[in-house]
Amino acid sequence: MSDTRGWNRQQIADRLAREFHDGWIVNLGVGMPTLCSNTDLGGRQIIYHSENGVIGYGPIAPEGKEDLHLVNAGGQNVTLRPGAAIVHHADSFSIIRSGRIDCTVMGAYEAACNGDFANWKVAGAKGGGIGGAMDLAACAKRVFVILEHTTRDGKPRLLRRCALPVTAPGVEKLVATNLGLFAPNGEGFTAREIANGVSIDEVRAVTGCLVTAT
Amino acid sequence: MEPLSRTSKAMEKFADAVRDIPDESSIAFGGFAAVGVPFNLIGALLKQGTRGLTCVTNGLGSGQVPRPPDTNMLVENGQVRKVICAFTAATRASDVLPFTKYYEAGEVEGELVPQGTLAERLRAAGAGIPAFYTPAAVGTELAEGRETRAFNGREYLLEHALPVDYAFLRAWRADAFGNLQFRRSQRNFNPLMAMAARTAIVEVEEPILPIGEIDPDHVHLSGIFVHRLVHIPPPPDGIWPTRRPERRR
Repeated sequence: MSDTRGWNRQQIADRLAREFHDGWIVNLGVGMPTLCSNTDLGGRQIIYHSENGVIGYGPIAPEGKEDLHLVNAGGQNVTLRPGAAIVHHADSFSIIRSGRIDCTVMGAYEAACNGDFANWKVAGAKGGGIGGAMDLAACAKRVFVILEHTTRDGKPRLLRRCALPVTAPGVEKLVATNLGLFAPNGEGFTAREIANGVSIDEVRAVTGCLVTAT
Repeated sequence: MEPLSRTSKAMEKFADAVRDIPDESSIAFGGFAAVGVPFNLIGALLKQGTRGLTCVTNGLGSGQVPRPPDTNMLVENGQVRKVICAFTAATRASDVLPFTKYYEAGEVEGELVPQGTLAERLRAAGAGIPAFYTPAAVGTELAEGRETRAFNGREYLLEHALPVDYAFLRAWRADAFGNLQFRRSQRNFNPLMAMAARTAIVEVEEPILPIGEIDPDHVHLSGIFVHRLVHIPPPPDGIWPTRRPERRR
């Protein structure tokens, strides 16, 4: 991480996971979003859905206890909670497109204050990696984005408009970074919370658009 | 009572199951990550050497170490003309898929499809539906210049069914008629691809059962969609997934 201020990866995920409501069906993307399933949410029951048709998976299996027939979207060997079910890919994406996913958490390269975000193609590439991101972004009830606040060389990832091709226009509701939790408001981002030890002016200095306090 | 068939779809060798596949065929490959990937059939196709293939697959590699046969290897072996998939590049910018190099150089064609759209295009082909509208990819680069239509005030993108000549599958259990069961997340694209194919070829983990040994209520895919079965021998003759090494961040 280029910027070591603020929250670490797990703390970013924890902050976002605390926005989950009891009973939500949540889809976690590959990478940092997966860390949301480590967060202790007290009595709240979250049903985790994985795009490969796993409904109700639990923690990563301990070493030596992996079931090699069972993975989450990131290819990690997970466990099943009592009540879990397995469906094929078309049914899994029926769950997504029909609006039954309460929240999807996705990593991204860029997030913009108009609700656009970009996570499938890097600058100058011909190809990209979409996976289930476009289906989820277009259809989940809420799209949460998780990313580091700046690029490796210190450039802002929170922007007025995405420079990279978008995954879906105008859908992101919340953005969590190492510097805080932000909501896009059209003109800029509203800082819902700023990480301990970081000032709003420090956030503004590394953000590509307006940042307002709540 | 008489069973559904007196003949068995079981074959002895993977090589026999893929021998007649001609050049220019389209083949769908089941699997998600390393689960439900027909490693043994891909290995047989590498040896068989048919060329000009159109490959339909979610991704091209399995992330397994050591690397079992995958669709990337078919590309590297010069057998592939086009790949239709949800990843023409890796999600992590620092990773480079073997396929991506051929794609960027224009040596192999690629068609990038959102994963849910890929699944539904296969499902549609197997269900006799020629096309459908989906909200995925609306407003993105993938939708540029393509037909959209509004329903109930929302915009949707037209997508076409994706029929294939062959499907390669991996299943947990099969009876000799081809009724299949998958275990855990092994199901993924496998039944959809079989239904989208004219010929579905399956590598099976458990010994092939006599017809009728799978409870009809517990059949995941009917044998009417399945044409050839090969039981996977134990390693080292057969290829099985191994524990995936956790990558360091």
